[in-house]
Amino acid sequence: MRVARGDQDAFAAVYDAVSRPVLGLVRSVLRDPAQSEEVAQEVLVEVWRTAPRYQPSRGSAMNWVLTLAHHRAVDRVRSAEAAAAREHKAALLERTPAFDEVTEQVESRLEREQVRRCLRTLSELQRESVTLAYYRGLTYREVSELLSVPLGTIKTRLRDGLIRLRDCLGVSA
Amino acid sequence: MSTAELHTLTGAYALHALPDTELRDFERHLADCEACTQEVRELSATAARLGLAVAETPPREMRDRVLREITTVRQEAPAHGRPERTGGSGRTGRWYAYALAACVAAAAAFGGVAVWQNQVAQDARQEADRAQRQSEELAQVISAPDAKTSSGELTGGAHGTVVVSQSRNRAVFLASGMERPPSGKVYQLWFNDAGTMRSAGLMDPKASDDAVLLDGPVDRASGMGITVEPAGGSAEPTSSPVALMDFPTA
Repeated sequence: MRVARGDQDAFAAVYDAVSRPVLGLVRSVLRDPAQSEEVAQEVLVEVWRTAPRYQPSRGSAMNWVLTLAHHRAVDRVRSAEAAAAREHKAALLERTPAFDEVTEQVESRLEREQVRRCLRTLSELQRESVTLAYYRGLTYREVSELLSVPLGTIKTRLRDGLIRLRDCLGVSA
Repeated sequence: MSTAELHTLTGAYALHALPDTELRDFERHLADCEACTQEVRELSATAARLGLAVAETPPREMRDRVLREITTVRQEAPAHGRPERTGGSGRTGRWYAYALAACVAAAAAFGGVAVWQNQVAQDARQEADRAQRQSEELAQVISAPDAKTSSGELTGGAHGTVVVSQSRNRAVFLASGMERPPSGKVYQLWFNDAGTMRSAGLMDPKASDDAVLLDGPVDRASGMGITVEPAGGSAEPTSSPVALMDFPTA
């Protein structure tokens, strides 16, 4: 019965479950709406193409998809053309991630609130380092330069910041 | 770089924040470091939660484009060691797509409920019994298999979502960004029974971001409304509604 419905229907369910966070994440890194849609679309097609390689033992499917989306967004933002057009310091620091997006789904609203609450438990430097790296796609060297904080300190803050988030969110893997 | 130094790169690695040259060094180290591998796995899962928190609804056309494009894109062979399914190559793709769909759906549902239960657990520690029972019931409505949601804009830019479970015959209203009611007033919730308003309780006047289990059964109500009423509430609405929302249809 299910098989008779066809491949496309099955993938439509995947699309519906992951497309919103994929676009949200790509958009937070790339900012530009048209480019974000383009990359999000590439990611979703890649999810389809590489789905047979997904191994549940290595983490949840949502994780796998979002890790891929983050990789692709970061690749794009670090590519030569994009790097030239990269926003200057002040703009990077000023903007906060798009937490205020109106969301229609209860689960994502709860998820967002918990993440926001847990981010507040980080020290300011931990929070800034983690969000600049993740939501803006900066390397730790760029974060260090931007915040004028030594490299070693940023490395450590990225790690202990994520560890604190992990514990607050109750993540296990 | 020393091993200890390499180990501190787990966070930067999970955030894709390593420059290419260091990435290769770290990945070589990772191949021999069991503890790092486990930590990277956990921190990557943590980073994905940051991603889950910034959802944005794509335009409808994107869905059509993606679903059209995949009909022309061939799927890769499964990872090494994975058994091939018999029955022709046409079926393998389909089967993986279903398996992935099931995993994603389960993860999404579980994530939402787990987050919710976590909050309920925390709230429960601070609240009296009645409130605790209420939040448990509220969580049960939200996590009911037949829970359906609809949402809309309220006056003043606030956003409301209503969750209805027909099997439990209960409804939950979630508000975000609602202005506080004027002093001495409260927001009162109402079931809309074919145009007749039936009281469904009061919202906590202190909270601007709130989840409320509507008092009483949904029964035949087709929607809900919110009015501003004097403290303590009213037997029937005494002002025009600040919001009217239809319940989701099955």
